[in-house]
Amino acid sequence: MSMELLISISVGVMTMAGVYLMLRARMFSILLGLTLLSYAVNVFVFASGRLRIGMPPIIGAQHTYADPLAQALVLTAIVISFAMTAFVVVLAIAAYTRLGHDRVQPDREELDR
Amino acid sequence: MNAQWLIVPVLLPAVVAAVLALVRPLALQRLLSVASCAALVGIAGHLLASADSGALTVYALGNWRPPFGIVFVLDRLSALMLLLTALLALPVAIAMSGGEDERGPFLHAFLHFQLMGLNGAFLTGDLFNLFVFFEVLLIASYCLLLHGQSAGRVRAAWHYVVVNLVGSSLFLIAVALLYAMTGTLNLADLAVKLPQLHAGERVLAHSGALMLLVVFALKAAMFPLFLWLAPTYSNAAAPVAALFAIMTKVGIYAIVRVYPMVFGATAGEAALDLRVWLLPPALATMACGALAALASRRLSGIAAQLTLLSVGTILAVGALATTPALSASLYYLAHSTLSGALLFLVCGLVSAQRGEALDLLKRGVTMHQSQLTAILFLFAAVAVTGIPPMSGFMGKTMLLQGSASASDAVAAWIWSFVLVTSFVAILALMRGGIVVFWMARSSQRTSDTAPVPLIAAALGMVAFVMALATLAGPIKGFTDATALQMTDTHAYVRAVFAVGGRP
Amino acid sequence: MLPVIVFLPWLAVPLFSLAARGPRSLAPWLAAMVDFVALAGLLTLAPSVFDGHTLTWGLSWVPQIGLTLSFRLDGLSFLFALLILTIGLLVVLYARYYLSDEPRLDRFFGLLMLFTGAMLGVVMSENLLLLFIFWELTSLSSFLLVGYWSHKPGARDGARIALAVTGSGGLALLAGIVLLGQVAGSYELTQVLAASARVHASPLYPVILVLVLLGAFTKSAQFPFHFWLPGAMAAPTPVSAYLHSATMVKAGIFLLARMYPVLAGSDLWFYALTGFGLVTLVFAAYQAMFRHDLKGLLAYSTVSHLGLITLLLGIGTPLSAVAALFHVINHATFKASLFMAAGIIDHECGTRDMRRINGLWRFMPYTGSLAMVAAAAMAGVPLVNGFLSKEMFFGEALALERGGGLQWILPIAAVMGGVFSVAYSLRFIHDVFFLDRPLQTPRTPHEPPRWMRIPVEILVAVCLLVGLFPGFSVQALLTVSAQAVLAGPPPEFSLKLWHGVNVPLIMSVIALTGGVLLYFLVQYGLDLHSHVQGRNLAKRAFDRSVLGIAAVTDALARRAYGGGMTSGVTLTILTALFVGLFPFFTSTTSTGTAQTHPSDPMALSVFALMCAASVGIMFAHRRRLAAVIVLSVVGLTVTLAFVYFSAPDLALTQLSVETVSILLLLLALHYLPQDAPPETAVDHTVRHFLLAGVVGGGVGWLTWAMLTRPFVSISDYFLSNSVPQGGGTNVVNVILVDFRAFDTYGEITVIAIAGLGVAAMLAALRLPRRRADESGRAWSRETSFLPLDLLARLLLPLALLVSMHLFIRGHNQPGGGFIAGLVAAVAIVLLYVGSGAKWSSARMKIDFGATAMSGLLVAAATGIGAILLGAPFLTSAYGYAHVPLIGKVPMASAMLFDLGVYLVVVGSTLLILTRLGLSGDAEEARQP
Repeated sequence: MSMELLISISVGVMTMAGVYLMLRARMFSILLGLTLLSYAVNVFVFASGRLRIGMPPIIGAQHTYADPLAQALVLTAIVISFAMTAFVVVLAIAAYTRLGHDRVQPDREELDR
Repeated sequence: MNAQWLIVPVLLPAVVAAVLALVRPLALQRLLSVASCAALVGIAGHLLASADSGALTVYALGNWRPPFGIVFVLDRLSALMLLLTALLALPVAIAMSGGEDERGPFLHAFLHFQLMGLNGAFLTGDLFNLFVFFEVLLIASYCLLLHGQSAGRVRAAWHYVVVNLVGSSLFLIAVALLYAMTGTLNLADLAVKLPQLHAGERVLAHSGALMLLVVFALKAAMFPLFLWLAPTYSNAAAPVAALFAIMTKVGIYAIVRVYPMVFGATAGEAALDLRVWLLPPALATMACGALAALASRRLSGIAAQLTLLSVGTILAVGALATTPALSASLYYLAHSTLSGALLFLVCGLVSAQRGEALDLLKRGVTMHQSQLTAILFLFAAVAVTGIPPMSGFMGKTMLLQGSASASDAVAAWIWSFVLVTSFVAILALMRGGIVVFWMARSSQRTSDTAPVPLIAAALGMVAFVMALATLAGPIKGFTDATALQMTDTHAYVRAVFAVGGRP
Repeated sequence: MLPVIVFLPWLAVPLFSLAARGPRSLAPWLAAMVDFVALAGLLTLAPSVFDGHTLTWGLSWVPQIGLTLSFRLDGLSFLFALLILTIGLLVVLYARYYLSDEPRLDRFFGLLMLFTGAMLGVVMSENLLLLFIFWELTSLSSFLLVGYWSHKPGARDGARIALAVTGSGGLALLAGIVLLGQVAGSYELTQVLAASARVHASPLYPVILVLVLLGAFTKSAQFPFHFWLPGAMAAPTPVSAYLHSATMVKAGIFLLARMYPVLAGSDLWFYALTGFGLVTLVFAAYQAMFRHDLKGLLAYSTVSHLGLITLLLGIGTPLSAVAALFHVINHATFKASLFMAAGIIDHECGTRDMRRINGLWRFMPYTGSLAMVAAAAMAGVPLVNGFLSKEMFFGEALALERGGGLQWILPIAAVMGGVFSVAYSLRFIHDVFFLDRPLQTPRTPHEPPRWMRIPVEILVAVCLLVGLFPGFSVQALLTVSAQAVLAGPPPEFSLKLWHGVNVPLIMSVIALTGGVLLYFLVQYGLDLHSHVQGRNLAKRAFDRSVLGIAAVTDALARRAYGGGMTSGVTLTILTALFVGLFPFFTSTTSTGTAQTHPSDPMALSVFALMCAASVGIMFAHRRRLAAVIVLSVVGLTVTLAFVYFSAPDLALTQLSVETVSILLLLLALHYLPQDAPPETAVDHTVRHFLLAGVVGGGVGWLTWAMLTRPFVSISDYFLSNSVPQGGGTNVVNVILVDFRAFDTYGEITVIAIAGLGVAAMLAALRLPRRRADESGRAWSRETSFLPLDLLARLLLPLALLVSMHLFIRGHNQPGGGFIAGLVAAVAIVLLYVGSGAKWSSARMKIDFGATAMSGLLVAAATGIGAILLGAPFLTSAYGYAHVPLIGKVPMASAMLFDLGVYLVVVGSTLLILTRLGLSGDAEEARQP
């Protein structure tokens, strides 16, 4: 069993869990799902630079390095998804206080508007 | 033209936004906001003028030459989008100053962050940078939508935000796939490297490209990814909804920017046939928008569904990817953006004057400025539905002529959809107008009037739409040239790699 | 001159808003002046038109789509323009008195001018697209005129249906015109009319014809589109007199006449026009007899006469075309006068119901006699104009040489139509003026004011004049207009009152006698007044379908949007799944060839934990606190993965982000319910589980396919240039702050916006302070927690030191502004948690929002500095500064940029966390 396979499997599993939680009817579960999904995506993007072991992209003695660009992209992605998560968490709180429940399905009267 | 100009449409709103968030007094904020929007109009005009020479201007950020650094590319298409955004932003900024900005902090700041994101998206020639700017304009749009938050807005925002977060994840996956196969992020470089891929790599690249198409389609609210649009637009404050008229166009822009060039004829075996992927869903979008417009319960709801309809129309014709078709859909894009924004502003005028009836399609009181409002509504409706003599009619005619060159079957489909849906649009707006303006209880009158800046903004938008109609000739000439330029991959690649930078 | 005539009414429109301030009679006089001047202008052009010239005037507008602002005046245009303006003038005169008690005359006449202008444009356009523009404007302005009394439901209904029907026809017409233009190669009538042969040869000819006819038939109310016209009777009577005699409905006829040279002459044309015309003629004439509403009767009669004209144009012989034009003139004159008469009666009696108006002759003999003459014309009685055109029609009906029994059907149907029209004309007179039954009108009628009768008198005079001396009065006009329609030499014809005893005359006699008999039979024999009017089937069908569509779409919309967010997300995911995997269906691709790394037990266990934890959350998500803890485990395993695969920066970032996110989620749990009830719909759960499984499998497969492919990327450039060009050994950091600093600039903007957004959200929110969670466990009221408090205060300086260190070394070692910022933020948050928010915020007088914004400005300033030096935005520069004790330290401008990043991160993170933590306390403070 290769490292590549391990990564693929765990990306798949995290995605599965994330998607499943995204489809729940409660906002908090969706928050969890979003976070998991972002983990999966970050690892996926990281994997686009392929796997290197023990060769961090810090210029030094060795002559081969892990792909720095992919890492930079992931870093940006992590930061952005962090900002988004923070926003959505507060949005969920706002929704809960405004609507009195944290269901994602709109009520009848909400539809009529 | 000095290439440094290219950064201004992004930098100016970015800095102004930061300052706006620091400045406390509202009067100062309004002044600054409107002033910078006016400046943006001027700058965009300047850029358009220089782009109209036919030359592409490329700007290597950080002075790193492509494909290693990020580049901004200015051609007719991006210049057109920049100007359109600026023309939209100015009245919106004025309208926001009509009291909307008192309902919560940072409204003008968010507006400018939004503009920064939009302009960046229109200028960048780098796929990942496009992602970043998408995120900028998205989070700005979340904040704009939530401004003066009500239960309805929070509900709509939740839906909108979560769907778009899924979209962002998809965007990252798609970019990662393309990077993993081609090892680059620069659009021009992609156009060069894609044809060289082996079959195995090509399949993955296609998978990425198509997922990217889904992301753009989601932003453009194309079938079946349109459910977020109507609640979002109809719940947002009127000026915000007016600004959002450009949001769907970002998705359309991204599609017509990336696919004809990178996956067009020059891509060889890596080419993708847009007709297959866009035409059927675009027609479905038109149908959904038209039908839902009949079912809408409020004026702004109708306006939102008609936005959907316009998106479908633009994509259906644009999918043909021929020069006349692209040109026609570009003109229609400009038209639908401005006239749609006008309609949203008018909805704002209506709900400002009808007390708790807002712009719901139910009997209400007689509006205080009913005459003026009615005339503005009539104008907006005429423009949006494509009744002559406004820009909508010019656009429709161009669409019909532009798609006539396609194969008979395709042309027949597009023609019948365009005509039938515009008939339905007329019915929907007529229904709305009759209820709101003709069934008012003349007995009661409210004293609450629409804020003057809102009216001014609407009038300004009217002027733009009129200009679009009267100057249809030169404008169509410009879009013709644009359509030609869009499909000329070689010129684009040559221009991008010609730019200097550090070795 | 031509554009002046066309645009004069529109130019006048704005004046009416001014006229509102002036005296009441100002508006009508203004309108009259406009009509008069335009008419005068038209007449000055008459000589050259009668010489057979076609005057044109053109201006380019949108050459790209073939739209020009060009007008033409030939015989046909002249004829119609003449009708529009003369009858318009009379209508204005009439309306001024009819609407004497109407409050807003200016609005009415303004709209009327709008309509007049549009109408003139239609008949005088040289460019087909321009013609269409005016065409649609007639629909629009007539919509406003019909709905003028918008407070009446009838008016709203009539207007709605009128616009719906004519609008739909308009769109068909647009399609037809565009096709026609494409085939003919131009939209200029002169070219199009000349291209007749090419058009007939084109395979598109039938399509074009049908589309154009749809436009014409809807406008001129041909069966089955006739139903909007009676509804439009809700308009003020002057409007009806204008729109439904001389103008609106005649536009359809005009279009047919206009297109005659290019489209006529085919079998399709013949059968379509004669067929629909015939049905309309007979059907509407029959219906007219049974209307009890005066205007209803006139409306149906109008429909029937329009059918007659269409039929004549369909027959297609030169003489029939002449007859058609002749009848256009005659119908316009007598129908306008009859509408006006009906208006007078309505005005005087306060009702239009013929069952209540009886024996009016005693009260208004003068009006009666005027009406009689006009009605005679409508019935086709000799000595009046209607008779002549009807004679010509009978003649043409007989002269028809075509197979298919038509030459039998046509004359018979013609006579039937004649009989009916005599009958309803007779009813109009007899039932109203003579029938000796009690008068049941709200008011007791008397003769109208002098000025109100004058227009009627003039029109009736014309009826007689034409009827008696046709050759002298209209021969020339007919000749020149027929010339334009036939696009050839004028046909030979003589208009005479007496052609001797011939078959047409006999047919007329039959029609007259039959009509009279029929009327009295129906009136007395069948007791007409008790007759219940048959409901308008077409209209009901229309209403039904509208309601039906509305109901269906409503249901659809509810289904679509009722699902709320999940449906949106599900659709997105499904689409992405299908589209993303599509390429794999088409081509057979398998695992790539790149060599893989063998795994080791350590990695195996980490990934096993990662998966286990992820799956765990799926099942534990309703026990929220637990779920958050497990989630943090997943995050940690991801961090480990980054460490393992040589991404130290990512690991650090992931770790710090992890910490803050978990903190956020825990804070959120303070306001959200701790546990969620189980979801009721199990099938959903199962379906979602399957979907999630498939998606996960798909992404996993993509990862695998990706990882096993060889990789060549632009990264080598970064590796080789990081030190020499970027002045840093940590390539990832150099990319972030230099090579792709622009991405980072956007990224910190996102964080900053998020911070502001959260602040804005919470500012508008009154968060409830939870005293206890669901299970009743009270939240600690302690604002500070001593041990943590001490720890935090000790830790803070240290943490800040660490963050500084991370920041400084970031360019060369793992670290950098972002990580440093988060570390600092966490340390400060720890202080908040430990010592309580109030205490901390009291001591820490920092506006975090301002911090974030200044960070943005610092980053921007770094880039702008480069611009000032003439280099592109964010161009970096670096050197080595000699600092005592420490020695050489690299000072890259990129570090200044990184400082911006640092400030933004600290500012926004703290803004979010502290606001969230504080708002509860603020609430606390609000409620004692």
